[in-house]
Amino acid sequence: MGYDVLLIRYGELALKGKNRSDFEDRLLRNIRNKLKDFPDVKVKKTYGRMLVELNGQAYPPVVERLQEVFGVVGVSPAKRVPTELQALQQAAVALIREQPTQPATFKIAAKRSIKSFPHKSMELNHLIGGYVLKNVDGIKVDVHQPEITVHVEVRAEAAYVYGDDIPGPGGLPVGASGRVALLLSGGIDSPVAGYLALKRGAELQAIHFHSYPFTSERAKQKVIDLAQILTRYGGKIRLHVVPFTEIQTQIRQKCEESYSVTVMRRMMFRIAERIAHKEKALALVTGENLGQVASQTLESMYTINHVIRMPVLRPVVGMDKQEIMNIAKRIGTYETSILPYEDCCTVFLPKSPKTRPDLNATERTESNLDVERLVQEAVDATEVLDLSPDKREEEFTFF
Amino acid sequence: MAYLDNSATTRTDNQVVRVMVDVMNNIYGNPASLHGLGAKAERLVTQAREATARTLGVSPGEIVFTSGGTEGNNTAIKGVAFQYRDRGRHLITTQVEHPSVYGVCKQLEEWGWRVTYLPVDAHGRVRPADVEKAVTDETVLVTVMHVNNEVGTIQPIAEIGALLKRHPKVLFHVDAVQAFGKVDVRPKEWGVDLMTLSGHKFHGPKGVGCLYVREGVSLAPLLTGGGQEGGLRSGTHNVPGIAGFAKAALLAKERQPEAVRRWARWKASLIEQVMSRVEGARVNGDPSPEGSAPHIVSFSFPGLRSEVIVHALEEENVFVSSKSACSSKGEKPSRILLAMGLDPAAAVGSIRISMGYHTTEEEVERCAQALCKVVPRLQKIMT
Repeated sequence: MGYDVLLIRYGELALKGKNRSDFEDRLLRNIRNKLKDFPDVKVKKTYGRMLVELNGQAYPPVVERLQEVFGVVGVSPAKRVPTELQALQQAAVALIREQPTQPATFKIAAKRSIKSFPHKSMELNHLIGGYVLKNVDGIKVDVHQPEITVHVEVRAEAAYVYGDDIPGPGGLPVGASGRVALLLSGGIDSPVAGYLALKRGAELQAIHFHSYPFTSERAKQKVIDLAQILTRYGGKIRLHVVPFTEIQTQIRQKCEESYSVTVMRRMMFRIAERIAHKEKALALVTGENLGQVASQTLESMYTINHVIRMPVLRPVVGMDKQEIMNIAKRIGTYETSILPYEDCCTVFLPKSPKTRPDLNATERTESNLDVERLVQEAVDATEVLDLSPDKREEEFTFF
Repeated sequence: MAYLDNSATTRTDNQVVRVMVDVMNNIYGNPASLHGLGAKAERLVTQAREATARTLGVSPGEIVFTSGGTEGNNTAIKGVAFQYRDRGRHLITTQVEHPSVYGVCKQLEEWGWRVTYLPVDAHGRVRPADVEKAVTDETVLVTVMHVNNEVGTIQPIAEIGALLKRHPKVLFHVDAVQAFGKVDVRPKEWGVDLMTLSGHKFHGPKGVGCLYVREGVSLAPLLTGGGQEGGLRSGTHNVPGIAGFAKAALLAKERQPEAVRRWARWKASLIEQVMSRVEGARVNGDPSPEGSAPHIVSFSFPGLRSEVIVHALEEENVFVSSKSACSSKGEKPSRILLAMGLDPAAAVGSIRISMGYHTTEEEVERCAQALCKVVPRLQKIMT
């Protein structure tokens, strides 16, 4: 008999009042956006969760999309039946029979939200459970660790019967937490950092520093591809590509070599902060880790962070490389990240970079640069690309 | 004219030709070049790879572009044999494979490998249980075609794949050259590790195909050099060919459901007319619609020689094949038909009629009429 609706459970139940309805509205909008390729599917808000009316659409591709919507904690494909005992019993048996592998044990978890229904929840458990035992060969009840829990919900408009839910990505709906600007390199960490910021409900813009001809067009394309992958989770993403060649050249000519990486990062932060202001983003997000590479020491972070006043979120700071790689693989950025194109961070890598840069020494050597002019010129010449999940910018129209 | 030799090759689709012309004129860079023109060609190849992967339900990283079916089969079989030569030197295949599999197996035997050639039933089908029974500790590869090129019989790929799951060290290669675009092909679902496709069998260009290599499978490359295709197939990318291949694959995927219904109808009508009007005619392979690809019909007319029938039909402007085009110049009766238990007289007098997306009802009708006219005439002369 298949499934009629998807019940979407969402989390952060601690949210109250206005926050809660903002959260729900945002989630509803994000889900609708995500499912707009399915013309028959309708999404609505009911008390405490979302309801996706399938209207004949097969559920697996819909669930697949929902698993990319932050805020969704779980999805249950459900059968909608009339509020009659017999219909509930038959639906429970059908649900068990349709499982890909026949479960050996089950339990019924019934609840009713209308008191007019003649059977109480406990009684429903017995009546439906007994019917299942009679009609499914070899199955047993196990109330502690059942292989499947059959949920039965009796509501005013209809009753729903569904099995264990399919986990969603959790988190908060994108847009619920305001806007951030991600420093996106071509590496493994920064796309993951962006993903994690999205997971906490932030709307994402991305900033990339491009040093043509020291870095190639392929390196830029790679970053566009990475941002494009993130649109699956984040919806529209604006990518700022900052021309960085002039600054790198000047640093090389005028600053002490061992401090070049520190000065370069400070310039990046200044530019990023200025772009963030322009775009009304309230924080920067980076893929920085602690101690993973020589330049990511606390001293280095301190010295670099010193030039801006905006909060810098570092979602992967507590993770091991392997954990970051696992997320990158799961969200689909890994394969692109490992493409071997040089990025601007590696172009002028000094022979022995200062791993514990001193703030005063940094400021001294940096004073040889016309910082304000360089920053403003870079911001002014920044190229803006608007990426969206459904409008992949196709260079070729062959396929 | 009725062109019904589409399992030998197809006419390149206009849309495919347009893509290729455009690419040859405008995107002529070498994808391995560093500059922008190279990068553009590289992105085109990337998009073609993504499109191809979509049609198979696999990841882009699992697609290796090749020069076609023969290279795909050689790469898969020799690639596994060489890569795992220290693990074991035993392969399992069937008696009805295409020469590009059969010949590779024979060659490997000369080089010290052991090969089991499994028999088939009267429909040309291998029994999955036989495959599993043949597996030994030395076995590194099972290679079974999906759709037989001479008679159209569909092999039980899903069942074999399921049985081989119990033998995780044995890799499973499928020659799907005659299958793609005609029957459903689901490498992931069926536990297939390697799968060969060829573009010109579904209205793509000649000289380009692809090999699906499941992530995690290592192969020793046949062609080494510049390291293209992840090192599995060196050689400058055939960019227009690859673009044309991907386009043809997408078109095939799109056209398959509708075409399958047409072919099935025409095939039934063709068989019905020939069987009722030509004495001694028989249909080779699996006569059931589920057991056989819808676009291939193989007839035997015992007492006649297939070459003579082909030429007689050609006089009627109907183009069909004796056995598979690659082997039709040989004198011997078809190895495949003999393996199915046909007596040599029937095996010698067999022809294959094969349809494509461009085939029309008139062509099939014309072929039926020509056969019903030509064969009885030849039978009178020969007997």
